Amino acid sequence: MLGLTKKDFTLFVVVIVMVALAPFLLNPFPQGSSLAQMFNAGYPDLMQRFVIFGILVIGFNILFGLTGYLSFGHAAFLGVGSYSAVWMFKLLGMNVIPGILLSMVVAGIFALAIGYVSLRRSGIYFSILTLAFAQMSYNLAYSVLGNPSSNFNLTNGETGLQLLLTDPRILGQSTTPDGSLPVTNFFGIAMRDSYELRLGDWLFTFNAGYYLCGIIMLISFYISIRIFRSPFGMMLRAVKSNQQRMNYTGLNTKPYTLAAFVISGVYAGLAGGLLSSMDPLAGAERMHWTASGEIVIMAILGGVGTLIGPILGAGFNEYFKNILSKINDSVLHQWLGFLPDGIEDFLVTIIHPFVGKGWHLTLGLLFMIVIIFLPGGLVEGGKRLGGMITGRTRRSAKAEAKQRNHPAE
Amino acid sequence: MDQIILQFLNGLDKGSAYALIALGLTLIFGTLGVVNFAHGALFMIGAFCAVTVQRILTLSTVVEDPTKTDFLGNPAKISTPYVESWFGPEMGAALIDWSVPLAIVFAIPIMVALGFIMERGLIKHFYKRPHADQILVTFGLAIVLQEVIKAFYGANPIPTGAPEVFRGSFDFGVLIGFDPNAIIYPYWRMVYFAFAAVIIGAVFAFLQFTTFGMVVRAGMADRETVGLLGINIDRRFTIMFGIAAAVAGLAGVMYAPINSPNYHMGMDFLVLSFVVVVVGGMGSLPGAVLAGFLLGILEAFASMNEVKAIFPGIDQIIIYVVAIIIILTRPRGLMGRKGVMEE
Repeated sequence: MLGLTKKDFTLFVVVIVMVALAPFLLNPFPQGSSLAQMFNAGYPDLMQRFVIFGILVIGFNILFGLTGYLSFGHAAFLGVGSYSAVWMFKLLGMNVIPGILLSMVVAGIFALAIGYVSLRRSGIYFSILTLAFAQMSYNLAYSVLGNPSSNFNLTNGETGLQLLLTDPRILGQSTTPDGSLPVTNFFGIAMRDSYELRLGDWLFTFNAGYYLCGIIMLISFYISIRIFRSPFGMMLRAVKSNQQRMNYTGLNTKPYTLAAFVISGVYAGLAGGLLSSMDPLAGAERMHWTASGEIVIMAILGGVGTLIGPILGAGFNEYFKNILSKINDSVLHQWLGFLPDGIEDFLVTIIHPFVGKGWHLTLGLLFMIVIIFLPGGLVEGGKRLGGMITGRTRRSAKAEAKQRNHPAE
Repeated sequence: MDQIILQFLNGLDKGSAYALIALGLTLIFGTLGVVNFAHGALFMIGAFCAVTVQRILTLSTVVEDPTKTDFLGNPAKISTPYVESWFGPEMGAALIDWSVPLAIVFAIPIMVALGFIMERGLIKHFYKRPHADQILVTFGLAIVLQEVIKAFYGANPIPTGAPEVFRGSFDFGVLIGFDPNAIIYPYWRMVYFAFAAVIIGAVFAFLQFTTFGMVVRAGMADRETVGLLGINIDRRFTIMFGIAAAVAGLAGVMYAPINSPNYHMGMDFLVLSFVVVVVGGMGSLPGAVLAGFLLGILEAFASMNEVKAIFPGIDQIIIYVVAIIIILTRPRGLMGRKGVMEE
């Protein structure tokens, strides 16, 4: 159906259901309980991040997962997309569609330029080139292009680009009648509008912005499945397994890799545009190379080269970031209260650096563990677990892996 | 003219740091073929060795002095560092004053040990994996090291002073026949440059004039053959990893007075050091040193107001622009060997 095989279609339907029901699925605990404060993730801001970063990593996966080119500068496209969308809100109006379209176009052009240059090298050089371009964009956005005193203030430097009451907004209104900033909307539906459903003790929030992002994420996901299963996707995989051999057969791989690079750049720009649509503020720190690193981390955590991996990775990363940063000493004391005092204090001291402000450390360790022991990420982990449960022996799995093995480069 | 010399000197100290980090990176890449994203973290840990030594030396006993009161009326507290009570006030004060150079002594074993642990414990298992995996695992390690330091020392920069004699600046212009006050240059930066020159010289001499260095160079050229000759090349490469870590660490120790150490200083330097390595030529030691100084000086010149008036923002991107041009036109870098990582 929809041009998908049965297996892919099932996967797609599962993702649709998950996205549609996320406000239920992510709010398993009744409102106001202590567990809810910690583990409930069904509030609009976080759900929007889940799907937006899902889009970003899906795009990254088209490049890294299929062609094996490791870009360390993908955040540049995210940042460019964010800036473009905010400019559209400043100049044209608060409807999100033109902003999102412009962010995709600008990021696409940007990716075409960077990709054209970077793809002349492969391997480490490619990573370093993309890293250099991204840092260059970051430095420019931070300094010259964002000098508030100059006439050419594209990014507003350190403060970040934000909406002003004096912006023209030719198709909309500069200010609302009560003198405040207008809000981003989709043909009249404000992005921050929510419908709240109360069932007993549970409170579920259905946010307009989340569903817009969710639908766009589903479209992106569908396109990525089609790319994965297309002859084009096959060509990209061939580039990954042995580019040299491809070249020897007389085939020019550059257009294919460049197309993949631009597609993934457009995805990143789209994600940036959506971030700005949800919260019309764009800062240079979105382009910093640690942000690029985080994209890589999400992709690896989920599982590179798989369809569902990027969504899992993005969700996992955002969810745990959210939980870990909420845990503090008093929460720990509460959890470990059943233990004798000495042991409790000791454990709290041990765990303290890993939670709260130290969530980076935990995610970094987790990332390393995944890279070392589980290069296929969560998807491979799930497969292994499934294998254990269904009792498939290790040997048969190994034999299968051997069959799948690509020829050495 | 004096402006040019001043910018040249300004470029030297940053160039020294670039050159030292790039030297370590190149040593690791040339011997083990690994791109070490955690090298910046080693630089940062070196700087925190200096912080730690300073903290240890200033550990104090606090005695309340009832005869004096502070402005709140509480008894004034007199803190005496242990070293002052052990070695006498003069000797103790001198030790504290010289804590940064002293830290070198402590940093060498720590950094070498850290290098051994990194190589044997982690990177060893990644030789047969793709380059992307090596980049990723060292990147993960860099995040972890950085966060560990942040957990212990906090997120704010920690000022770490140079010895009293080297604080302040001197009039470099007078020495070479310019007007007074034309070229003012801080002492410590001069020291840093000299230090970097000594370290670089020592590494090169070690590789050039010792049997160990000769074997390592042979291994860099053709690892397999050296292995077939019955030499345990892996062990020597591990030792070289330790040395590379020590070079990065020492660069960090001495950099502490120039820039107060903070937990992300390593990452900031790392990106630029990669660029330096690429410009110099992957695997070429003289190339790394040359490119380090060249780019440092180039950056200093680009930050002159006269240049910035013509190309605004050029100081922020000059290094990257140079790197992009070099990678595209001469992928083996300034002094890279033909055929090394050229595709």
